[in-house]
Amino acid sequence: MLRFLIARLGQAALVMLAVAAVSFLMFRFVGDPVAGMVREDASVQEKAELRQALGLDQPVLVQFGRFLGRTIRGDFGVSYRNQRPVAALIAERLPATLELVLMATLLSLALGIPLGVLCALKPDGVAARLVQAVSLIGISTPTFVTGIVLILTFAVTLGLLPSFGRGQTVQLGPWSTGFLTVSGLKALVLPSITLALYQLTLIMRLVRSELIDVLSSDYIRFARARGLSLRRIHFTLALRNALMPVITVTGLQIGSLIAFAIVTETVFQWPGMGLLFIQAVSFSDVPVMAAYLLFVGLLFVLINTVVDLLYAVVDPRLRVKAS
Amino acid sequence: MASLSRSLRRVPLSVWLAGLLALAIIAAAALSPLIAPFNPTDLTSFNLMDAELPPRFSAEGDPRFLLGTDNQGRDLLSAMLYGARVSILIGGGAVAIAAVVGVMLGLLAGYFGGWVDAVIMRIGDIILSFPTILLALLVAGVARMLFPAASSAEWAPIILVGAIAIHEWVQYARTVRAATMVESARDYVRAVKVIGLPSRQIMLRHILPNVMGPVLVIATINLAAAVLTEATLSFLGVGMPPTYPSLGTLIRIGNEFVFSGVWWIALFPALLLVLLVLGVNIVGDWLRDLFNPKLRGRG
Amino acid sequence: MNRIVTLLAAVSAAALAANAGEAKTLRWSANTDIATLDPYAHTESFTTAMLHHVFDPLVRRGRTMQLEPALATGWKAIKPDTWRFELRRGVKFHNGNAFTADDVVASVTRLIDPATRAKGNLSAVIKAEKVDDFTVDLVTKGPYPLLLNDLAGIYIMDKEWMEANGALKAGNISTGATTAASTSAIGTGPFKLESYKPDAGTNMVVNADWWDKPEHNVTRIEFKPIKSDATRVAALLSGELELIAPAPLQDLARIGAASGFKVIEEPALRLIFLGLNHRPELLAMPGQKNPMLDLKVRQALWHAIDLDAIQKRVMRAKSRNTGTLVAPPVPGYAQANDALLGYDPEKAKKLLAEAGFPNGFKTGLACPNDRYINDEQTCVAIAAMWTRIGVQTELKTESRATYFPRIDKGEVDAFMLGWATLPPMDGFSVLSALLTEPKEAYGGSNRMGYVNARIEELTRLAAVELDEPKRRAMLVEALKIARDTVAYIPLHQQPVAWAARSGVEVPQFPDEYVRLWFAQVK
Repeated sequence: MLRFLIARLGQAALVMLAVAAVSFLMFRFVGDPVAGMVREDASVQEKAELRQALGLDQPVLVQFGRFLGRTIRGDFGVSYRNQRPVAALIAERLPATLELVLMATLLSLALGIPLGVLCALKPDGVAARLVQAVSLIGISTPTFVTGIVLILTFAVTLGLLPSFGRGQTVQLGPWSTGFLTVSGLKALVLPSITLALYQLTLIMRLVRSELIDVLSSDYIRFARARGLSLRRIHFTLALRNALMPVITVTGLQIGSLIAFAIVTETVFQWPGMGLLFIQAVSFSDVPVMAAYLLFVGLLFVLINTVVDLLYAVVDPRLRVKAS
Repeated sequence: MASLSRSLRRVPLSVWLAGLLALAIIAAAALSPLIAPFNPTDLTSFNLMDAELPPRFSAEGDPRFLLGTDNQGRDLLSAMLYGARVSILIGGGAVAIAAVVGVMLGLLAGYFGGWVDAVIMRIGDIILSFPTILLALLVAGVARMLFPAASSAEWAPIILVGAIAIHEWVQYARTVRAATMVESARDYVRAVKVIGLPSRQIMLRHILPNVMGPVLVIATINLAAAVLTEATLSFLGVGMPPTYPSLGTLIRIGNEFVFSGVWWIALFPALLLVLLVLGVNIVGDWLRDLFNPKLRGRG
Repeated sequence: MNRIVTLLAAVSAAALAANAGEAKTLRWSANTDIATLDPYAHTESFTTAMLHHVFDPLVRRGRTMQLEPALATGWKAIKPDTWRFELRRGVKFHNGNAFTADDVVASVTRLIDPATRAKGNLSAVIKAEKVDDFTVDLVTKGPYPLLLNDLAGIYIMDKEWMEANGALKAGNISTGATTAASTSAIGTGPFKLESYKPDAGTNMVVNADWWDKPEHNVTRIEFKPIKSDATRVAALLSGELELIAPAPLQDLARIGAASGFKVIEEPALRLIFLGLNHRPELLAMPGQKNPMLDLKVRQALWHAIDLDAIQKRVMRAKSRNTGTLVAPPVPGYAQANDALLGYDPEKAKKLLAEAGFPNGFKTGLACPNDRYINDEQTCVAIAAMWTRIGVQTELKTESRATYFPRIDKGEVDAFMLGWATLPPMDGFSVLSALLTEPKEAYGGSNRMGYVNARIEELTRLAAVELDEPKRRAMLVEALKIARDTVAYIPLHQQPVAWAARSGVEVPQFPDEYVRLWFAQVK
């Protein structure tokens, strides 16, 4: 177990180092950092001085070391466009994205598991076939099209729900939440449905295939042969086994959702990190892009590592191997 | 193999239809220079005075334009066919490059093992830690910063292919690596190794043919995903320029008009995109189930 | 009887008080965000307009665009090159500091610093001198007729705050230089900045201690930039905004027809034109002589543009085609200069052939996609029209944030530019910024090498001419030369089109400024 833990953490550190290197290369070589900082009529002498002051005359490895040091201290530089510390910008936008992702995840689990069970237990039923067909259309429709259609229907035509932004937010210390106001909750509905749709189909299909898998295993056949009730077999034995990978995948997918939020946030003008990133891309705001990359990389590595470790704790086979 | 061909004979109707639909769209797109009524990339072929004409079947439709015109007076049907061609070329290009690179690296990793394997697979792990769309946005965005020409009609498709392929090759590499490891342990491969055949020949002649099935499945599913990724990038404004639109660019342009009653500019390209991706997805889904024996024969 | 009057008075006073205490929030959106909070770090009119809510100038534009006293209560020229300003007493900045002559001197000094991006907005002033706490002298290079016009766009900042925050030198959005003033704003204006989240939203609250009597009933302004036209319109129609400015031209008919909403429109001062590369080489054809140096080529490019088609289709018949570089209400405008060159592709091809380019040539066309009304669409149309006469046009559209720095660096061939002669609202700004060689305070936006000796001369003469008819004649002559030499290709005059919820009264101005200190919300 300990060896596994150390190996896993070592791997995580390696991945982070690689991400930091890519991020540093962007920061250092995409666009001249000095050109972004001096006044346009600065002399060559002034630029050289600034270069020295910034340590840009040092060997690249030394610079990378310093970059790592700054990054670990949470100093990501200043945004070219917004002219504010990048760390502050990300901290400001983080709650919006996380709340959206949380809602989308809950929504996709709450709908995806029952629908998946339905499709697995009665694969030839009308409902299951319908769900299957709709889910295929769901994964074939780009997120932005879904978003536009939802806005057109529920915001503009019916006037039921807001079409953009977070509504009213409440500031809880550094965290701004939209969960505590009616307008904040209403604003969450359309974006979280849009974001959840792909995730929902994924979970549904996974539950279905895992459940079919488990149901055809010897162990269930044996249970059936022993005369256990179908209900008990399906929901206690089979579903419990089938849900393991679902939980893993849901965890792993949180990172993807944060990335996919870029599209949803653009369509709904949701003031989260995704919107920040896409604006940084169109404004060539390298410090923000580099920091976002680092941040999402860190998040992914954390999630992956935690899921792996949890899996090791929960999965009986791994436990046996470890002991 | 026998069971496989038996399954092939029992292809469900829906898969037939989906396959035909996807093939029809791909064929129409491929032949767009021949069958499209106009050439929308030829800036001299359309007239601004024809802008925003509704489809032919509506009251104010113009007989020249079956599905109406876009905001520049381009025939929408032609723009869609050409746009679908751009989307498919970029999606297909990305899949092809990802597949070739992925299969090669997978073969190398699986055959040689050791540090070659470790390096390739670790790089793959790192890349897979990021979702396609993020990596693609990053590559496209950085390319635009480094070379201003990256957003031009000539360079944008190449950048997009690279931006999408950079993520997708890992899947092929992982699959092929696993299969290669199994294959290299087989007696016949050991035998040819003993004979002293060069490793390149062993990999290409003996191992490669046996791993092509799964690669085909991944490629089909990836094609749908790659077309969607391209559309998303173009919608976000880092894809194809408005003078050489892909389906995503057309939807982005049309989106600005959905409230003024000019619904067709966004709707028809979106519909075509969904149909294309849906068709490919259904076929890909069926193929995947076919190669996954556990699911075969079930809903 | 008396009792009734007293009673009535009491009731109406109570009603007034209730009314005054009621919170009136105005939520609005534009297609772009402010570039910075530092008023001198940029020259964008949208940012200038937004910051006018927080800052006051010495003189300002009133309801009918007339110049009227603001932080200065009176002024007179005491020498041909020196103006004396009496300052308003009892004015406080939002941080409680008193407004005095020191603030004016520090602000003007900060602005006219050679490194300041907006120095051209007050190009004539060389010095500000404090006479006493409430009197300031501004010294100009020579006699300068447009000082008050210029001052209407120069906001006064708090000296003590700038000193305390190390912001005595201005930032610069072109170079990315920033100071504390880039992210916070302390002014004397009708609204106080509450929060500024770039690209997410800017909130302001009413300044109860404003020195002027408010003509508005807005207690809070919430601004959110929404780049997508469709999303902005959706947000208005679904009741999440009171006002959108601009409203997309393609949606005006629909919004006007919807109940509970209205469209407000009038012609703007802003003219849209194309800049051309007058340097030895085109970026699109390195190593070869620039075809655009030939007047016939420039005329051909002009003849090739079907302005009527753009006006009817892209601008939905809401714009006015123009042949000159200033709008009719602006000094320097002359009807004779405004004649259109006329759409004539055959003549264009002939001119190209005569210039030695029968098969055309290659050029780039750079355009913003989020700055002017339907800018990208207009450029796609022009690229098509130029291609039709044989000029292969490579179109590049991008966000204003990367577009304008590119223009500043001259990294373009043909490019789109809008000019509203703001803030002075005088044709002189076209001469001084667009038609002169970049030298001293002149030619600030002319990076593409256009030079004309007579315009240089006229600009310097007009700068010091106090006789208004003579001065205007000089402007007209210079603009005629610009037209005859095709310095730029004029396209059209933009409309100002906004849409609002019924019950929101916002006056419109030809300079496109949203002035919410005149807004009434019901």
